[in-house]
Amino acid sequence: MATAIEVVTAHGAGADSHGGDDHSDHPPPSAGVNSRKMLMWLFLASDCMFFGTLIATYMTYRNRSIELQMPPYPNEIFDIPYTSVSAFVLLMSSLTMVLALSAIKRNDHRGLRVWISATALLGAIFVGGQFFEFTTFARDGLTLSSNIFGSSFYVLTGFHGAHVTIGVIWLLSLLFVSLRGGLSSEKAMDVELAGLYWHFVDIVWIVIFTLVYLVPYANPPEGGAEAAPEAMIQLMTLGQRLLATLPF
Amino acid sequence: MVSKPVAHDHHGAEHEEAHASDQTYIRIAIILAIITIVEVIIYYIPSFRPLLVPVLIVLSVAKFITVVGYFMHLKYDSQVFRIMFIAGLVLSLGVFLAMLAMFWTVNSYKPFIGG
Repeated sequence: MATAIEVVTAHGAGADSHGGDDHSDHPPPSAGVNSRKMLMWLFLASDCMFFGTLIATYMTYRNRSIELQMPPYPNEIFDIPYTSVSAFVLLMSSLTMVLALSAIKRNDHRGLRVWISATALLGAIFVGGQFFEFTTFARDGLTLSSNIFGSSFYVLTGFHGAHVTIGVIWLLSLLFVSLRGGLSSEKAMDVELAGLYWHFVDIVWIVIFTLVYLVPYANPPEGGAEAAPEAMIQLMTLGQRLLATLPF
Repeated sequence: MVSKPVAHDHHGAEHEEAHASDQTYIRIAIILAIITIVEVIIYYIPSFRPLLVPVLIVLSVAKFITVVGYFMHLKYDSQVFRIMFIAGLVLSLGVFLAMLAMFWTVNSYKPFIGG
C-alpha cells in the first residue's frame, strides 16, 4: 500500500502532515501525508462501515423482541448508571491517550509511560465492566440465543469490546517498548497510530451508548404475542432452537 | 525528511502552530464529561421524553465531532485524512439510513417487512 502510494506521488513527497515529527526509518511520507497514518485512517474508515452495519442491524431489531413478547427486554435489563460510568471511563481514557502522545512529542518518557499505563488501565476497567455486565445479563436470562435483542446486542457490544481489548494489548506493547528504551520523540508516530485507533474505539462507544442504551425502547404491546404474526413467531422460535444448538 | 513542496511546508507549519495544548485537551475532556452527564440526566426526566431522542443525537454528534477533531487531530491534520474518514462515515451512515428506511415505520418499532 505504502509502496504504491510512494510510486504514484514520488514527485509530491512532502512532510508528515502532523508537523513532520516522524523521523523514523519507516516509509517516507508521500502525497504530503505519512503513509502509515493514511493506512490507519483508511482502516478506521472501513471500521466505520463495519460498526455502521452492526449498529444498523441492532437498530432494526432493537424493539423486535418486545413486539414479539420474547423477554428479557432491554428496558428491564439495562443498568444505565453502571453503563454511564463505563462510558465515562472510556471517554477519560481518550484524554490520557492524547496526553501520552503529547508527552512523547516533548520527549517526556516518564509522562508517556504514566499516561499510556493510565489509558491501558482505563481500557481494562472498561472491558472488565463489560464482562461483568454480560455475565449479569446472562444470569438475568439474556444470552446470545434468548431473543433477537440478545443476538444483536451481544454481537455489537462484543465486537466493540474485542476492539478495546486489542487496543489495551497494543498500548501494553507500546509501554513494554518504551520501558526497553525503544520509544523516542522520533517514533511519536507509533504512539499516534495507537492513539487514532483508541479514539476511534471511544467514538464508536459514544454512538453505541446513545443508540443502544439511552434512546428509549417501546413498551410491550397490549395484545402480547398474539398481536404478532403467527409466521413470524414460528420463524423466531425456529431461529431460537437453531441458536440454542450453538455451543456458546 | 524528504524535501517538501511549498504548499505543504506552509500547511505543515500551520498544523504545528495550531496544535492543541495539554490544557486544551483537559478542557475538552471536561466538556465531554459534562455532555455525558447531561445525557444521563435528561434520560431520567420524564417530561423531557418528547425531545429526548433528537437531543441525545445532537449531543452524541457533538461529542463525536469533538473527539475526532481535537483528540484525533483531524481539525489540524491533512485534508486527505478528513476526506477518507468522512467518506467511510458517509457510506456507513448511508447503509444505516437505508436499513432503517427499509425496516422501520413511523411508530419506530414495527418494521415494514414481516411486521
